[in-house]
Amino acid sequence: MNVTLTVNGKQYTLTIEPRVTLLDALREYLGQVGTKKGCDHGQCGACTVLIDGQRVYSCLALAVMQEGKNIITIEGLASGDNLHLVQEAFIHNDGFQCGYCTPGQICAVVALLEEVKQGCASAVTTDLHNPPKLAELSETEIKERLSGNLCRCSAYNGIVAAVQQVIGQQPPSPLAKVIFSIETVKEVL
Amino acid sequence: MNNFTYNRVTSLLDAVNQATADQNSMFIAGGTNLVDRLKVFLDQPSQLIDISRLQMQNIETMPDGSLRLGALVSNTAVADNSDIRHNYPMLARAILSGASQQIRNMATVGGNLLQRTRCPYYYDTAFSCNKRQPGTGCPAIAGMNRSHAILGTSEHCVAVHPSDMCVALAALDAVVQVASPQGQRQIPFVDFHRLPGNTPHQDANLEPGELITAVILSPSSFAKSGVYLKIRDRASYSFALISVAAAVNLQGEQIQAVRLAMGGVAHKPWRATAAEEFLIGKSADIPNFTQAAEIALQEAKPLTHNSYKVELAKRAIRRALTVSAQGGGLV
Repeated sequence: MNVTLTVNGKQYTLTIEPRVTLLDALREYLGQVGTKKGCDHGQCGACTVLIDGQRVYSCLALAVMQEGKNIITIEGLASGDNLHLVQEAFIHNDGFQCGYCTPGQICAVVALLEEVKQGCASAVTTDLHNPPKLAELSETEIKERLSGNLCRCSAYNGIVAAVQQVIGQQPPSPLAKVIFSIETVKEVL
Repeated sequence: MNNFTYNRVTSLLDAVNQATADQNSMFIAGGTNLVDRLKVFLDQPSQLIDISRLQMQNIETMPDGSLRLGALVSNTAVADNSDIRHNYPMLARAILSGASQQIRNMATVGGNLLQRTRCPYYYDTAFSCNKRQPGTGCPAIAGMNRSHAILGTSEHCVAVHPSDMCVALAALDAVVQVASPQGQRQIPFVDFHRLPGNTPHQDANLEPGELITAVILSPSSFAKSGVYLKIRDRASYSFALISVAAAVNLQGEQIQAVRLAMGGVAHKPWRATAAEEFLIGKSADIPNFTQAAEIALQEAKPLTHNSYKVELAKRAIRRALTVSAQGGGLV
């Protein structure tokens, strides 16, 4: 059947079967391979894209159901050669190693920032009536809010630091952590 | 996944008429569980009826003070609704403890009720499963059953219902509104899901073609002290081993009313009514909460690998009741 999708501001009309997921439509039919296929079962987050501003797993969304919706993928975040702030922060803070989960991680962080601005709570929010503002988002909050994106290289510290940089917090220097643990070991000894 | 025809309906009546006419069809909205099941051939519908654009997207306060959650409201929107946060914090907390932000954005109220068990034997078509193919047997009973049920099981199925939201809805005495070509009817939440018995393939008391249109929360002043405690293998994005939804209403030191429900223990959200009855009129202290927990787990029948759940559930109940009696909040 014919389906018209709006991806990163451009319209594309595809002829696809109803069973094609949004992820496969992006990668196999539109050639936009920035969005990655990890588990293909909604467990890893590599396929995260934004639909009407909200982050979703494109592997669990059927493409035919997305007509008329505004789909943003990793390819749609930079403007020309100017990277999105979140992309810059991932580079600056070593927020990745192999890079496979990175497009999903970055899309998730872009959505996370907007969610916090709008007052979304999380499972670790102490006061539901007073959810944290961006500037006061704790490390625990950041980790909980990104729990739907796995990183097999375990670049989590860099990812958290990237979020902290974007929201104007001082990311802890990785060196500081090393020195701290050496001092702790000395104390224990 | 097998192919199917796709049918985007524009009215509720169309949806239920077409589903009644084609009993091999299925409804789809958020799709977070259904699309996954389609991929592993657990469901092979001839037709998907897309209801996601029907007008069931609102949370409304009704004239009698109850709150009506449209079946298509996203899990995120329920958890972030100010009335829910204020009057039913147990529900907001339950939803936030489930899945990930991506899933909660996609998943709907109605779909959350109709998600199916994540029992690994049900998911793996290399194994037999009475839920997938009635009469073929349940390998979980003699297999790896660490995550399985301890209450209300049958010799045919020991799977658990995976939802967090539903545990809070059971505790809150919610009502499910469903539509069919014959009209609308209401089902008390605690009667919506089924125990496995000898029909484990049937999760809910829905007739073919019936569609959930809303979940209704009655006004409840003491639900403000409600809490949700979830215990799982990792800190986030994991199903409950044990969860407890609890709300205690005190008059002075005495318990005037109480709600208690458990997740991760049975084929349906498990309301602990005998424990609730015991607590009415008692003082809110550890010995009484401990005794209530004993009563709640009295009928527990653990399997080879899940006897830890009995003690874990008791301790979770005690803690959830204690925190709720102190006014609620993050457990």
